[in-house]
Amino acid sequence: MSHSAVESVQASLDVIGARNGELNAFLQVFEAEAAARARNVDAGETLPLAGMTVAIKDNICTRAGRTTCASRMLEHYESPFDATAVERLEAAGAVIVGKTNLDEFAMGSSCEHSAFGPTRNPWDASRVPGGSSGGSAAAVAAGMCDVALGSDTGGSVRQPAGLCGVVGVKPTYGRVSRFGLVAFASSLDQIGVFARSCADAARVLGVISGPDERDATSAQRDDTDFTGQLGRPPEGLTLGVPSFARDEAVSADTRDVFEATCEALRAAGVSLVDIELPHAAHGVAAYYIVAPAEASSNLARYDGVRYGRRAEGVGSLDELYTRSRSEGFGHEVQRRIMLGTHVLSSGYHDAYYVNALRVRRRIKQDYDAVFARGIDAVLTPTSPSPAFGIGEKLDDPMALYVEDLFTVGANLAGLPGVSVPAGFASVNGRELPVGAHLVGPAWGEAGLMGAAAVIERIRGATGRIATA
Amino acid sequence: MPDELSIEDVRKVAKLARLAVSDADAERYRAELAAVLGYVERLGEVDVAGVEPMAHVADSINVLRDDEPRIAYDPAVVEKLAPDAEGGFIRVPRVLGEGGGA
Repeated sequence: MSHSAVESVQASLDVIGARNGELNAFLQVFEAEAAARARNVDAGETLPLAGMTVAIKDNICTRAGRTTCASRMLEHYESPFDATAVERLEAAGAVIVGKTNLDEFAMGSSCEHSAFGPTRNPWDASRVPGGSSGGSAAAVAAGMCDVALGSDTGGSVRQPAGLCGVVGVKPTYGRVSRFGLVAFASSLDQIGVFARSCADAARVLGVISGPDERDATSAQRDDTDFTGQLGRPPEGLTLGVPSFARDEAVSADTRDVFEATCEALRAAGVSLVDIELPHAAHGVAAYYIVAPAEASSNLARYDGVRYGRRAEGVGSLDELYTRSRSEGFGHEVQRRIMLGTHVLSSGYHDAYYVNALRVRRRIKQDYDAVFARGIDAVLTPTSPSPAFGIGEKLDDPMALYVEDLFTVGANLAGLPGVSVPAGFASVNGRELPVGAHLVGPAWGEAGLMGAAAVIERIRGATGRIATA
Repeated sequence: MPDELSIEDVRKVAKLARLAVSDADAERYRAELAAVLGYVERLGEVDVAGVEPMAHVADSINVLRDDEPRIAYDPAVVEKLAPDAEGGFIRVPRVLGEGGGA
């Protein structure tokens, strides 16, 4: 690093000071702590991420400040521990500059469902940054920090990365410890990384990966260097393009950038193969049963007793539960809890939940078959359209849910996925980023980041600071 | 797939989930939940005969660690998190007898 940690942190705090009022990307900024930490980093031994400035999504626990999940339920919650990913970043010399906004409890695709107001897209402040990790994506895109952590349950790292023009990677399920990540849908949740380059994303992902006895689902694997193929040539790379990449839900803007990307990749020597993922189009439907089902169970812990919001003046324990939860959770969270409760309830469990789990296996089998054919990764757009306007999709849950069309498959199948900037669409005189999305085989992060780096070099759409 | 969601269904799940739903909200939730449940009906198109449900992708079973007692947190830390606690106890409304509703 050419700058000292103190200089990097000051630069980061300056940009946050100048732009956070408009963008609302950060819910908390740790000015004094970050400056003190930077001085320690400069005085200490050389570390792999020395002085790198990091933002943490506010559903990932930090001892510093509060961990609110952008919810009234946890508005004042102070975690007694750091998430494993946070511990590992700090041990590597990174400096945490603050906590970022999200859709409440990570439920949403626009960052509008925050109890603390929406985050705005730094390319066009009238538009959403995507979600649920919208604050982290906007912070990295606007140059408020070098990298950020998010969480990805159905696309919550990759979709906002696409809409904000940064790299966003979700690892294989089990690659990164979930200890300290507030649970949404435990069989789908993974912590992921935002960065302005594939190289930074790969380095940071490597640091936070690896086994952790505090998460029994973390994989016992130490092959966590994902930088080895970043310089690979385009020749010899084989990407599969499924027919649903050209789904009718894809806007003309996004289709144009996607087709131009395919053409440029072909011209550079990448082999593009037409493939079928026969059940991919059913991914969103399976997801909106599985994820709410797990959420309804996970969020049962918010009972107003041990931590979090507690209703005043209640007469019975039942009333304490019901009023605390109704006051603490926002509309979207309550809707998903009810949806999950319904699909798990007696008489509906098999028809909805178990059936969705069978479709989930079909979706995984589709990917297995494609990778067995020697396809390195599956290429689609990251989301069906560029960033939409704030308020535009608030009244129609299904319009928002199809945002996840291309991303949910990786979560359902537990596979690594990455969104990499592929170009810009001109919408009403504004340049809006469009992402390309890759899904790779399990534990294939090194190859996946190598493929993403090929797109990064060929398209040259990465690394710009959004200054609209 | 089951019949369209009714207001009674919404009230039932709200009660199960310990959520208080006003009359005005109940109709809004009913419409929104019915839209999602209508969308997911397309799962009926998938041939899942003979396919085992997949609740989780990890193939590991029962990851064990040594069973050594240790203090996770100082009780004072846990007490500080609770909205209403005193002297090492968390206070809740009366559960048994008069006033108990759970």
